Amino acid sequence: MFVLLLFNLFFTENFLSAANFRTQLVQAAPVCIVALGMALVIGTEGIDLSVGSVMSVAAALVPLYLGAGPVTAVIVAVIAGVVSGLFSGFLVARLGIQPIIATLALLVGGRGLALVIAHGQLVELHNQDFLALGTGEVAGIPVMVLVAAVLAALAGLLVRRTTFGRHLVAVGGNRPAATLAGLPVKRVLMGVYVISGALAAIAGVLSTARLGASDPNDLGLLMELSAITAVVVGGTPLTGGRVRVLGTVFGALLMQLVHATLIKHNLPDSAAQMVQAAIIVAAVYVARERSSR
Amino acid sequence: MTAVTETDTAGSGRGAQFAGVIQRQGAAVVLVLGIIAAWFAFPRFGSADNLRDLALQGSFLAVIALGMTFVIISGGIDLSVGSVYALGGVLAAYGSQYGLLVAIVLPLVVCALIGLVNGLLIARTKMAPFIVTLASLLFARGLLLALTNEGATTYKVPVGSAFLWLGQGTVFGIGVPVYLALILFAIGGVVLRRTRFGQSVFALGGAEQSALLMGLPVVRTKIALYTLSGTLAGLAGVLTAAYLQSGVTVLGVGTELDAISVVVIGGTLLTGGAGTIIGTLVGVLLRILIQNVINQVGTLDSNYQTVVSGAFLLIVVVIQRLLARSRRS
Repeated sequence: MFVLLLFNLFFTENFLSAANFRTQLVQAAPVCIVALGMALVIGTEGIDLSVGSVMSVAAALVPLYLGAGPVTAVIVAVIAGVVSGLFSGFLVARLGIQPIIATLALLVGGRGLALVIAHGQLVELHNQDFLALGTGEVAGIPVMVLVAAVLAALAGLLVRRTTFGRHLVAVGGNRPAATLAGLPVKRVLMGVYVISGALAAIAGVLSTARLGASDPNDLGLLMELSAITAVVVGGTPLTGGRVRVLGTVFGALLMQLVHATLIKHNLPDSAAQMVQAAIIVAAVYVARERSSR
Repeated sequence: MTAVTETDTAGSGRGAQFAGVIQRQGAAVVLVLGIIAAWFAFPRFGSADNLRDLALQGSFLAVIALGMTFVIISGGIDLSVGSVYALGGVLAAYGSQYGLLVAIVLPLVVCALIGLVNGLLIARTKMAPFIVTLASLLFARGLLLALTNEGATTYKVPVGSAFLWLGQGTVFGIGVPVYLALILFAIGGVVLRRTRFGQSVFALGGAEQSALLMGLPVVRTKIALYTLSGTLAGLAGVLTAAYLQSGVTVLGVGTELDAISVVVIGGTLLTGGAGTIIGTLVGVLLRILIQNVINQVGTLDSNYQTVVSGAFLLIVVVIQRLLARSRRS
């Protein structure tokens, strides 16, 4: 699968100018950030369907608190993400409800909540400091890409170098064994959903800043599917016990590049979706072959 | 309910029995209370017109949820139904130019094929149903976009077409889709409870390894299940197209989640192995009731619909979980 990845990266770079390439990176950034959290959740054999709705809640909160400064707005939005993560985590870890249902409830209710907060309205934003989050650059690198890269590096460190990361993999690999070994299973589960919620909120804030408007209707729609796709294509098995952070980043980039490539060749959106479907099946099939060996 | 659950209840005390009843019939109790409350609170709720509308609206979701019930009892999940539903509608509207038969057969065949491929991939390669059907969600939506010039073309059912009767016709004042949904639920109930196929579905969801060892046709059952689910989603699309007189491309986004939540509210366990057809019917009615009540209140922001639906799903699941836990201890 790495061959496929590299092939696509080189193949695509040939006809993408530097400016275009940067656009692709910026477009892939929110999916990438959400997918990082999703990878951690999937690593514990869970799933987080609520990410898209959490993004929309974060987006809906931004204009309400922008008056108190962009920092406050961002902090409030991220706190909302943490709270929804705590909520999902509580349901999964304490009550033992299946992750897909626990987060489905938030997916259904969350967007409604966002629309209620925003009165169903799209709000244009004019705070330049805040908009810089979406459009600004530091040393030629877009802020969004920078944030995604830093978060990916942190996620990598978390999985590889911390006790939490080792516990996470153990919980996903064999829950009963992890429980018997006295690992803090519940705390680990809470942790991954909180991280996933916070990352989704960050992605929501960044997307809002890039759009220049808070759009709780459309923002993050079907994001859960894109993020899961990126994680799975990146080689993290849905059965848990393994987290591939770098693979997830590549997965997000790959899906973005495939999409862009097809569009560049004047293939319509419909074809792009069908090819994406084929890639998902192929990637999972290949991963399955490898793990069974 | 399966025999296993019933012996569980018999073994424990009266409190546990009561908990068991609530766990199984909780949604039905809430539904009855909700209907009574709505009847008195809103004069318009009990009107024949409103009830007719409710039944009709519910019938489309009910047909999709029926297939989903089977799939979930087997321990699987079908995320593709929303897209397949929309695709079925567009194909039906497209086919209606060539006559009634094409309008019905074309979408059903295509949707059954998508279900068949789902089933083949899941049963033969042992890939997770979640991922396979997620891919076909994208695929069906892509096919739909390709058919409609990226959503720019809307196929209309010719005026006066016999096909329209399927969606708009009434018998004794009640819409045809309602009858169809009820007939399908009756058949579904019989198939699930009284046939070998139904037994295999429960066995699969209970313990797949044991089902295999018992010599049940695991692969064949799985393929049949996903084909069934695809076909029913397509049929719901056909009925909707006949009702709306056109194939609406934006239909069905998130419908898979609606279907899953009504099935779960109806008491079917997502882990598989237990569930009822009648429960799903109750789930659908509850869902429609909540929507209608919020519409009737009028002053309430219609966005509260999804908030209430989400909260309700959660409450049902939490109660199910707590009761299951208290019965075990």
